[in-house]
Amino acid sequence: MKQMGEMLLRRESFEEIVMGNTALVRAMVASGTRVISAYPGSPTPEIATAIGAIPDGKRPFYFEFSTNEKVAMEVAYGASINGHLSTVFFKSVGLNVASDTFVQLNLMNLIGGMVVVLGDDPGANSSQNEQDNRHFARMAYTPVLEPANPSEVYTCYKAAALLSKKHHMPVILRMTTHVCHAKEKVAFDALPDLVFDDTPKFDVGNGPYIPITSLVFPKKRRALANLAAVESGAEESSLNSVTDHGNDKRGIITMGLPFMSLMDVLEKATQKPDILKLGFVHPIPKKLVLDFITTHRSVKILEELDDILENDVKKIAYDAGVTTRIMGKADVEDWVGEYTYDKVYDILSRTWPDLLPVREEADQGVVVPDRPAQMCPGCGHRSAFYAIKKAIEKNDITVADIGCHTLGFLPPYEMGQLLMCMGASPGMGAGLSLFNDSRKVVAFMGDSTFFHAGLPGIINAVFNNHNITLILMENGTTAMTGHQETPATGKNVNGVTDKIPLKGVLEGLGIRHIYEVDTYQQEKLTDLVKQALADDAFSVVIARHPCMLKFTREQRRKKGYQGKRVAIDQKICDQNHECLASFGCPSFTRKEDGSVEVNPDLCIGDGSCMQTCPTSAISPHKP
Amino acid sequence: MDEFNAYLIGVGGQGIGLLSEVLIRAADHAGLRVKGVDTHGLAQRGGTVISHLRMGDRVSSPMVPRGKADLVVALERNEALRGVNTASKKGGALVYYDTVWQPLGVRLGHTEPVGEDHIGALCRQKDVRLYKVYDPELVEPRMQNIVVLATVAKHGLIPTVLDIHYRRAMADLMQGNMLTKNMALFDAKI
Ligand SMILES: Cc1ncc(C[n+]2csc(CCOP(=O)(O)OP(=O)(O)O)c2C)c(N)n1
Repeated sequence: MKQMGEMLLRRESFEEIVMGNTALVRAMVASGTRVISAYPGSPTPEIATAIGAIPDGKRPFYFEFSTNEKVAMEVAYGASINGHLSTVFFKSVGLNVASDTFVQLNLMNLIGGMVVVLGDDPGANSSQNEQDNRHFARMAYTPVLEPANPSEVYTCYKAAALLSKKHHMPVILRMTTHVCHAKEKVAFDALPDLVFDDTPKFDVGNGPYIPITSLVFPKKRRALANLAAVESGAEESSLNSVTDHGNDKRGIITMGLPFMSLMDVLEKATQKPDILKLGFVHPIPKKLVLDFITTHRSVKILEELDDILENDVKKIAYDAGVTTRIMGKADVEDWVGEYTYDKVYDILSRTWPDLLPVREEADQGVVVPDRPAQMCPGCGHRSAFYAIKKAIEKNDITVADIGCHTLGFLPPYEMGQLLMCMGASPGMGAGLSLFNDSRKVVAFMGDSTFFHAGLPGIINAVFNNHNITLILMENGTTAMTGHQETPATGKNVNGVTDKIPLKGVLEGLGIRHIYEVDTYQQEKLTDLVKQALADDAFSVVIARHPCMLKFTREQRRKKGYQGKRVAIDQKICDQNHECLASFGCPSFTRKEDGSVEVNPDLCIGDGSCMQTCPTSAISPHKP
Repeated sequence: MDEFNAYLIGVGGQGIGLLSEVLIRAADHAGLRVKGVDTHGLAQRGGTVISHLRMGDRVSSPMVPRGKADLVVALERNEALRGVNTASKKGGALVYYDTVWQPLGVRLGHTEPVGEDHIGALCRQKDVRLYKVYDPELVEPRMQNIVVLATVAKHGLIPTVLDIHYRRAMADLMQGNMLTKNMALFDAKI
């Protein structure tokens, strides 16, 4: 596995332990995918990591991180109508951003085929919500295939690519967090011989590609006909399967990760229900489902998040006049969270009280201190929040945005009191500033977000004269999702590009009050924010410091690297706890006697804490 | 083997990813059917991170059910308590490296710190065998995971997985100086 790149291109068949996201990349190579675009977001960034493992110049496809999901969707669309098989991938909420383009795709003749890979996040492991993107699929007449494990990721992507090429329509591959990240041994086939015909095949004759007024209707009819064709194909597909336990009383219809949990749970059942597992989750194969429900007296729909499959199945049953008892969601909790083993166990115990023995609760009720995610030691965002907190009044309103700096909402900073989605802070801040002369509004935003969806809100603040202060937390990278480049970095995944400097963009917009400072200059930052707040117009403070996690990792890789740290002079320290409780770097440890120590495992010796100590007890450690 | 569950827990930045990769590959070299899943994303920023590993022929989901871990491996004291509390089954085992990365609440003085005795008490209550490890000589904190790995190997805590399997797995994943250093530490500790 040292050579992941070589493995992904290996001509012969092989087996390897990989995660779902890596299996996906082999499937993309095997399917002859020519163009791949994306925007980073968990649970999908490791797809790009696997792509990145294939050396430059050896990739049999073009790959880019676009500025946001909508642009990524458009790049993949453009490539597809030029004859290339394309794929776009991003996280669940990315589809909200991409939706304006996505909902039209079904109207278009995608001659090259196009697969939309979604990383949905039941359980909101690393997302603002746990939205169920099957809703979007229905709205956009787009088929959805859903794998349950890495092996199925490999087969389902290949099936999605074929389907999309056959019907010239978009197809969704819906993965969820613990399918993306699950690891197991996957058997990969030998690579087929791939020949690419790169002649640009765009032709209005394949269209029209202009969906307006009456031109929409024939296109919509075609999309619906496509969907019906997919459904009849789904009837025969090996992606759906029945596990027959010879039980004519009870059956379960399920899909994806809940199926995996179900199989574990049923190890404990005396009389196992039969199972229909769907790989085609939209549209569902009607005949197959009808056959399953008519041959069982009661059927449970075991479905994570929303009740989409349940409604589909109930409709089939109603139309066919079937009297089988169909049981879907019963309790609010059935709509919430991931369908893990324990969740499925409890749901099935409620459905059929005699099915399973009573589950013992493992938790002994011991209290363990919470450990929320935090800004790293040395993080420039920490210095920024510490300094900015000194510049604002208690009553002022601070608006967060998406990124590592969102974590400023936690104590001890409590900066960023509301959060919505990427780029929302200047807009929400503007609204909060209306009819408001008494409470200043400060909005935060990261540099990747600035380019992603931040600009419209910023331009709006200029255009409509909103009197708010925006603080751009510029760390030179898309930190939270694993350090992808931004348009300001001067580099993209394929090589060197021109930098687009934040300050230059702001100046170009005609913003008059722009300040910039390195966040480690805490006093200066406090002063500048005070000045910015006093400006009677939209003002921006660029609070800059490179991501120290990225920096430290790069340093460690260098020859002769020597770790650094700070030390506390216990003779000088008066235990005022400013470093520990207000600056709040995780490297500081509170001892039982009230003294403070530096944890050498954590401290990186950046020294941003030294200026916070009123007694100057912190200094660089001299080995 | 029907089912053997290992639950690895630590703090983002402690190197739990490498440990779980070594274990999954070692199990594979030992001829076991194995799967698992790691925490990625937001939690990696100094929060609790978990790696699930499941071995055996009667295992489907990559995630270890609550209270079903035969083995809990923790890289930190607070996380050891958390791991035993939610994941250990009665009669399981715990290996933990006794370093402390103080959680936010404790640092701010809002929450009581976890002591070694809390872990001992819970292990007795759940009938969990306890292997505490700590090496004051170890300069490189990022190699604590190897000390823990050696302990798992030394006591044969994963049935049928032997020293040679762990060594082969390490050689699969590392090279050069990193492999030499880690292998030397593994050899010294086993
Ligand atoms: C629409 C959307 N796409 C992607 C994400 C995933 N995401 C979470 S944090 C983040 C990084 C933001 O980077 P930046 O603004 O540079 O802030 P940093 O993390 O570097 O502080 C991204 C892309 C998301 N939450 N929403």
